[in-house]
Amino acid sequence: MNNPTILVHPAPMGSSLTKVLDVLRCEWKAVSDASAAQTLEPPGGWSGAVITVDGNPEMAFRIAKWLRSREDAASATLMLVSAEALPELADNTEHFDDFCLMPFHPAELEARLEHMLQRFDGDGDTAIISFGPLSLNVETYQAVVDGRSLDLTYMEYELLRFLASQPGKVFSREILLSEVWGYDYYGGARTVDVHIRRLRSKLGEEHASLIATVRSVGYRLGTANWS
Amino acid sequence: MEPQENYVLRTVEERGVRLVRLWFTDVLGQHKSVAISPAELEKVFEEGLQFDGSSIDGFSRVQESDVLARPDARTFELLPWARDDEPSALIFCDIQRLDGSPFAGDPRQVLRRNLTRAHQAGFTFNVAPEMEFFYLNDGDSRTPVEPVDNASYFDLTTADVASDLRKTTQHMLEALSIPVEYSFHEDAPGQHEIDLQYTEALAMADSIMMFRLVVRKIAMERDVHATFMPKPLDGVQGSGMHTHMSLWRDDENAFHDPDHEYGLSTVAQQFIAGTLHHAREITAVTNQLINSYKRLNDGLEAPRYVSWARNNQSTLVRIPVTKPNKPDATRIEYRALDPACNPYLAFSLILAAGMKGIEEGYELQPETQVNLFDRQSAADAGVATLPRSLDEALNEMEASELAQEALGEHIFEWFLRNRRAEWESYSRHVTQFELDRYLRQW
Repeated sequence: MNNPTILVHPAPMGSSLTKVLDVLRCEWKAVSDASAAQTLEPPGGWSGAVITVDGNPEMAFRIAKWLRSREDAASATLMLVSAEALPELADNTEHFDDFCLMPFHPAELEARLEHMLQRFDGDGDTAIISFGPLSLNVETYQAVVDGRSLDLTYMEYELLRFLASQPGKVFSREILLSEVWGYDYYGGARTVDVHIRRLRSKLGEEHASLIATVRSVGYRLGTANWS
Repeated sequence: MEPQENYVLRTVEERGVRLVRLWFTDVLGQHKSVAISPAELEKVFEEGLQFDGSSIDGFSRVQESDVLARPDARTFELLPWARDDEPSALIFCDIQRLDGSPFAGDPRQVLRRNLTRAHQAGFTFNVAPEMEFFYLNDGDSRTPVEPVDNASYFDLTTADVASDLRKTTQHMLEALSIPVEYSFHEDAPGQHEIDLQYTEALAMADSIMMFRLVVRKIAMERDVHATFMPKPLDGVQGSGMHTHMSLWRDDENAFHDPDHEYGLSTVAQQFIAGTLHHAREITAVTNQLINSYKRLNDGLEAPRYVSWARNNQSTLVRIPVTKPNKPDATRIEYRALDPACNPYLAFSLILAAGMKGIEEGYELQPETQVNLFDRQSAADAGVATLPRSLDEALNEMEASELAQEALGEHIFEWFLRNRRAEWESYSRHVTQFELDRYLRQW
């Protein structure tokens, strides 16, 4: 079993972060920009990232975005941010999975990182995303609800995987379209509605409500984060 | 390897799929299928599947007969009726020439080309068809046509057969990623309608191909014959494929304008003007059978006049009434189509006609206010009539630059030749109608 390799930005990194990563038995590499993130990526891919927003928010989100844009983007991204820079997060919510306020408490960061890494890629071999009765195997592309295999098209699977990777989070149609379909697709945002409708139908009546519509915003899997 | 191809290969492996059906369509819209074993799939993704196209209606001329089927991995579906005994899957294919260029005889490529053109002008084309068809006791053309629920007012059991069939069909469609909006019994005995939820036109054309197969297959399992023949019965309405359509730009309905009386934007009005202007030229494709014109001429639900109105069953284009707070719902309904058309080609031509209206800024003729009940009243209102026979429609099409350009030379020529031959053989045929009328009298 390989230890997960974590991308850290900026380079050099602070010693308190080093300690947390050591406790978690993570390998880590510090990168200063997006091209370094690309060249230093280990053969098995980044398992996760800890990115500090303060200092150069633009670069921070450029790296976060790049992590998301990769083909097999099964890495979790956590942003470190000071209270002053907190508003920066609002415009970029789709580019990260979790955040932690600076100065951070080592125990909190440790717990958050551990939880996040587990959800994405437990042992580096199989990646299971689970939510309630639903579970997706990212390796074999299979989705199961209540033990029943779902017969999905590629785009239905990709959409479900994207929603399930961040349960409780609301995604707009535009975000889903650009993140799941990519910009080259010209079906328009209506495509998202069509696929959501298909997914609900395939989940079956009992589980159709796993995907919630958030009026005039978009869709999310499960109930809201803060309710 | 593209990620969607990887997805297909893994799923085929994980789910123990034994057979992969590669689907495509000939020029008349008949379903074609080649089955391959999963072991060959990876190679077919890379290189395509080479086959002799000269045996497919409307495909190759003999000297360039070999073509490639390239599976479109995004259309991959597991076949819901083969889940347990022999898991099978389907993938729609684009057809290419051996050098990898799009093959001109492939209707799917024709629609792709027309959609790309509309996209370059900033538009996405969304459509939603109302599919009508008949359930009959059998498909034997030598015996009188017998609707399965002919006695629906008296005989509850036969009525149940049809509604069971429809329900099973609907479940099967949903499992194939084809969402259903409504389904109900239509006016004529044995006639049913299933309305599909609107989506982008290429996906919808694929869905219609699947739809026809599923409806017939489910019926066949219950010893019922389902037919999409436009007009199987005298004296009752035929089967149409009224199609709702709208153009979208940047995720907004480009047909909507809140300030217009009917909510129609200039784009919508020009689009309608385009479809009306070219309607006679494209009817041979939207209504390609000799029998299609028996429906168009029946004076029942089918449109006969090249006109538009908010609510008038005899007009070609109807503007459905929508709620003012629902801009997405603004659309037009083109009512000539019948379910025996080739959806790829029919959508291509309607889109091309509508786009022409937009590009050239066609002026929309006034709404038809009166009820057009015969040719004279239509002529008085200055309204043209749709072609009354396949022959007339083919003459119109032959003179149409728009049809030639939208379909491409290859399909344009083959279609005219093939349909003319059909008309010629019909013209020589002595019908029961003639025998009944003339045998004794003359």
